Amino acid sequence: MTATRTLRIALAGKPNAGKSSLFNLLTGLNQKIGNFPGVTVDKRTGSCQLDAHTAAQVMDLPGIYSLYPRTVDEKIVTDILVNSKGNHYPDRVVLVADATNLKNSMLLLTQLIDLQIPTVLALNMMDMAARSGQSIDIKALSAALDLPVVMINGRNGQGVEELKKVLSTNLSPSTKTIYKTGEELAPLIKNIQQKFQLSTPYQAYQFLQQPDNLSFLTPEDKSYIATQAKAANFFQHKYQGAETVMRYGFIQDLLNKVILKTSDPEWKKFSYKIDTVLTHKVWGYLIFFSVLFLIFQAIFAWAQIPMDFIDSTFAQLSSVLDEFFPEGPFFDLITQGIIPGIGGIVIFIPQIAILFACISVLEETGYMARVVFLMDKLMRKFGLNGKSVVPLISGLACAIPAIMATRNIESWKDRLITIFVTPFMSCSARLPVFTILVALIIPDVKLFGFFNYQGLVLMGLYLLGFFAALISALVLKFIIKTKERSYLIMEMPTYRIPKWSNVGYTIIEKTKSFVFEAGKVILAISIVLWVLASYGPGDAMHNAEQLVKSEADQSGLTDDELEARIASYKLEHSYAGIIGKTLEPVIKPLGYDWKIGIALVTSFAAREVFVSTIATIYSLGGTEDEQTIKGRLQSEINPETGGPRYTPAVGLSLLVFYTFAMQCMSTLAVVKRETKGWKWPLIQLAYMTALAYVSAFIIYQSMA
Amino acid sequence: MLPGETAVISGFRDDTLSVKLLEMGLLPGTVVRFNFSAPLGDPICITVSGFDLSLRVSEASSITILN
Repeated sequence: MTATRTLRIALAGKPNAGKSSLFNLLTGLNQKIGNFPGVTVDKRTGSCQLDAHTAAQVMDLPGIYSLYPRTVDEKIVTDILVNSKGNHYPDRVVLVADATNLKNSMLLLTQLIDLQIPTVLALNMMDMAARSGQSIDIKALSAALDLPVVMINGRNGQGVEELKKVLSTNLSPSTKTIYKTGEELAPLIKNIQQKFQLSTPYQAYQFLQQPDNLSFLTPEDKSYIATQAKAANFFQHKYQGAETVMRYGFIQDLLNKVILKTSDPEWKKFSYKIDTVLTHKVWGYLIFFSVLFLIFQAIFAWAQIPMDFIDSTFAQLSSVLDEFFPEGPFFDLITQGIIPGIGGIVIFIPQIAILFACISVLEETGYMARVVFLMDKLMRKFGLNGKSVVPLISGLACAIPAIMATRNIESWKDRLITIFVTPFMSCSARLPVFTILVALIIPDVKLFGFFNYQGLVLMGLYLLGFFAALISALVLKFIIKTKERSYLIMEMPTYRIPKWSNVGYTIIEKTKSFVFEAGKVILAISIVLWVLASYGPGDAMHNAEQLVKSEADQSGLTDDELEARIASYKLEHSYAGIIGKTLEPVIKPLGYDWKIGIALVTSFAAREVFVSTIATIYSLGGTEDEQTIKGRLQSEINPETGGPRYTPAVGLSLLVFYTFAMQCMSTLAVVKRETKGWKWPLIQLAYMTALAYVSAFIIYQSMA
Repeated sequence: MLPGETAVISGFRDDTLSVKLLEMGLLPGTVVRFNFSAPLGDPICITVSGFDLSLRVSEASSITILN
């Protein structure tokens, strides 16, 4: 079966219309997530075979109501559909409409007709529509719009074969024109159409309406359009409003003709009943916090088993290869730099997968819209937005996908604040650091024989991060000035049972994008750190073995102890060690010595490295076993006081430092990408580090 | 308006918002139903031409209605 041609097909439609379900049905696992050039929006493409001679490259566009975008994600749709000369311009568009709510699914359709793109109308959720008692005259609808209409069921795949058949035929655009711009605009539109050689007047009208949203226009093009618009007294909002009213007028007339029987509002009764509980004053919040708790539980308790497994597998792999390879810097790089580096990425996969499974289920059921609804007013007090809740929750697993999840926040200011404060949410990489330090300084006893002190402190640290996020948001709310208004106009989807295959696809997609986006940075950084920790100036590194050996001759160490001593000596004299020592005067007021300094340096790129660095510094060999490290840290003596190094003051100071400090290169990289520049990540880094330093300073000085 | 009441949209007070509201199908002449408000009184949930929409009180108050 060889394809003689490949069609570019774009799926468009309003959010929640079932585009993703159709996309998954069409392409299965032949999916690829890429980036649109120059922008950060995920490009979901996949391939499928329409018939023996036709292959298709299917692209899933972000959900939109009309060609006038509201969020960064939505802009890309306008950009693609209005640019008939662009690389992504589709040969066919499938407009996925929600049959239970045809009216506002049709707005975009009428615009596509005016752009003269060959379009197929796919009526999804016909089963729900049928249940609601609605009945549509498909033939009349198809005739009135002059385009093919296919009924599909995104849940079980009915109608998909029919849709493929229709798509593989020679489809011509609809001959209808829905929106005719007024006479007064005719010369203006004509000028633009000629200047840019556009095939449809509506395309020219779009150039006129929103030149700033069309990335393919050059500054000269834009200024040409601006001069033209000004000369003709063109007001964007006025015309856009008039256009929408006109289109809806057409849609209403059409629906009056083709809808044979309107739906009975009774069918939504059940959904409303659920709403009275889920958005209830008391039950609503209670249920929301229980759901949060469950997600929390899932991320931390259930993910632990696969994480431990991954941890030990990679450790074993390293040591097996270490035995097997001959000695030499290249093999050391593999066993000590690259393999642990990859392990450091893979270890987060269980948590990320579980988190996105939870979030995807909440979104599929329609509960997420209720969470936004419940939390909006509270969040707004802090300069955030109801839609900031999802990123903040995701931040508990990892800030990277969390920051990517801010893209559906319409207001730039709200989005920026959310991006800025999300890294304060205690992510999973902080947990190993917290666990070790809490175990070290907090006695393992129970309060009233019930609450474990260590657990309470741990919870306190999470709360501390959360409140730091809220307060920072509040500060930013007053600092960042914007003319743009924040708003929340959002459809509340009807509750439904999630489609599990969609949940599965989301997990795969998010995990993949984490591994490739963040993974690259984490891997690169771990290699750099390995170099810093394994090489040093002068002969010290080279002579390490002999020096330690000659010292050890008197003390009668075992081979393992000797190895560990050498490693620790090497680390002390490596570049990382030198940086740690240089740093000592700066971190001394926080109660840290140069050994902790080394750990701060190595964990600058990724916090979790703290534990393994500590293990190496204290000559514990490769172990990351909590009990061993804890025991060693407890016996560490502070030469100045003669008492233990890790006093409660030092421990708490470190805990607070790690709660606030940025210490994550990948997050910075993602923030840079999402805010399109170094300005915000650098401000964020400076702010978080300063807050961490000052807080740790206050804690240590007041306790020591 | 109180929860459960219905009214007819007569127009908008805010140009910028009106464009977005129109897009969602809130057209002059359509019937809206105020379903319920969030526990803290804001945002609110309304039904318009067969689907449910949530919007903030400030946004809702830019819509003028006829009872």
